[in-house]
Amino acid sequence: MDIFHYEFMQNALMAGLLASIACGIIGTLVVVNRIVFISGGIAHAAYGGVGLAFFLGFAPLLGVVGFSVAIAIIIALVSLGNKQRADTIIGVLWAVGMALGIMLADLTPGYKVDLMTYLFGSILAVPREDLLLMLFLNVAILGTVVLFYKDFLAMSYDEEFAGLMGVPTRALYIALLIMIALCVVIIIRVVGMILIIAFFTIAPYMAEGQSRSLYSMMLLSILYNCVFALAGLWLSFRFNLTSGATIILVGAAFFFLSLFLRKFAKMLKVGS
Amino acid sequence: MITVKNLWFSYDAQVILEDVNLTIKQGEFIAVIGPNGGGKTTLIKLILGILKPQRGEITVLGQPPKAAARRMGYVPQNTNISKVFPISVMDVALMGRLGKAGRAWRYSEADRRRAEEALDRVGMLEHKKSPVLNLSGGQRQRVFIARALASDPEILFMDEPTASVDQEWQAQIYNLLKELNKSITIVVVSHDISILSSYVKSVACVNRTVYYHDAAEITEEMLGKMYQCPVELVAHGVPHRVLQSH
Repeated sequence: MDIFHYEFMQNALMAGLLASIACGIIGTLVVVNRIVFISGGIAHAAYGGVGLAFFLGFAPLLGVVGFSVAIAIIIALVSLGNKQRADTIIGVLWAVGMALGIMLADLTPGYKVDLMTYLFGSILAVPREDLLLMLFLNVAILGTVVLFYKDFLAMSYDEEFAGLMGVPTRALYIALLIMIALCVVIIIRVVGMILIIAFFTIAPYMAEGQSRSLYSMMLLSILYNCVFALAGLWLSFRFNLTSGATIILVGAAFFFLSLFLRKFAKMLKVGS
Repeated sequence: MITVKNLWFSYDAQVILEDVNLTIKQGEFIAVIGPNGGGKTTLIKLILGILKPQRGEITVLGQPPKAAARRMGYVPQNTNISKVFPISVMDVALMGRLGKAGRAWRYSEADRRRAEEALDRVGMLEHKKSPVLNLSGGQRQRVFIARALASDPEILFMDEPTASVDQEWQAQIYNLLKELNKSITIVVVSHDISILSSYVKSVACVNRTVYYHDAAEITEEMLGKMYQCPVELVAHGVPHRVLQSH
């Protein structure tokens, strides 16, 4: 494994690890709360933040932090206020965010940055300062979830009952969506905003069937994500493929394998 | 204990409850019956403070519903909760302690003891480490009852406790409720009028409005008003007569 002697490779590893932790935790909450579509909306709309940062000339990741958190809060308020129409409005925000990003990038004079790196990630080119931001956001997410674990658990399992017991479910829901936005920032360098949904859903789905608690589902999801990131990284380096896409396809391979194994196990059960 | 005055509630333009008046006294064991879609669950959710009425007033234990919420126990319909959620029996029961634990980051020893006592009461303590997804419908129902009991409620609300539960467990549930009724007030929602056996002390029929009857029997007049059509009353040879002679 001498490829990991290069500094960019070490950074890539660190980035993959940090993204795996955040996405394992938040992805689990996304899956059990059935808000995959909402997380997709936040991830894609965040592209507006990239364009905005270019246009105004500050660091793209900071642009994404501000923009995606704002979008998350808007989506949270919309979906809390009107559950039935929420999906339509999220769909619109999803597209508007992306369109805004592209237009703002068009309007930015001077050199054109490769926007593809934000859409599909560029894990081999993560600078140190981005790692620092990713670490900080990870700590924030981890701290929030650990501190309010029993409340998040109650809200995810039975929101109505949790509310009756005095759990501030609205505030927790908004906090969850903000954490999704922070996850988008963490993962943007790793697999990009378009592929983030796969990182949110594949590992938690596989983990859900094998877990006895939400806590172990999170740990298992982190583990799976690490395996996907590591294996994908190595394969992409070895065969000169785009890293983000390779990581996701490794995850997808595991996903379909686990689906097949589950079906197979069921057949064995029925057969015996 | 519970007073509902001139209550109106509607979803969008559809009126679900109109001009409901109801008083539930301490120590009651009341069955809330009526046709599906008649507003039974809505009425319970209004009393619990989960829904807000458009008009009218509700007081529970002398307080508005939201303020009294933590003194009420609630067993929701079994069917509304994900069956594949990875959670243990104990962790579900502990949710009943959320109101007492507040925002502390972990449950206290006392909370755990209380949750275990509640599980013991419904005969599920030996399963406390089992994942809920491995349980049968009846066992899940018992865990939800334990969760409600863990909060030391003064009033217990149960929504369709016998749905998706086998006959044997139905009788067990009502025996347990009868036992609990010695110390707490119980409100049971059911679309099934066969629960009006020897357990229930009074009946409220809900179909847009509420008819209260201070005994465990249904009159033909009530049914006529309830179902808006002639209903054939079939009286089985039950030990306790639930239907008036007619």
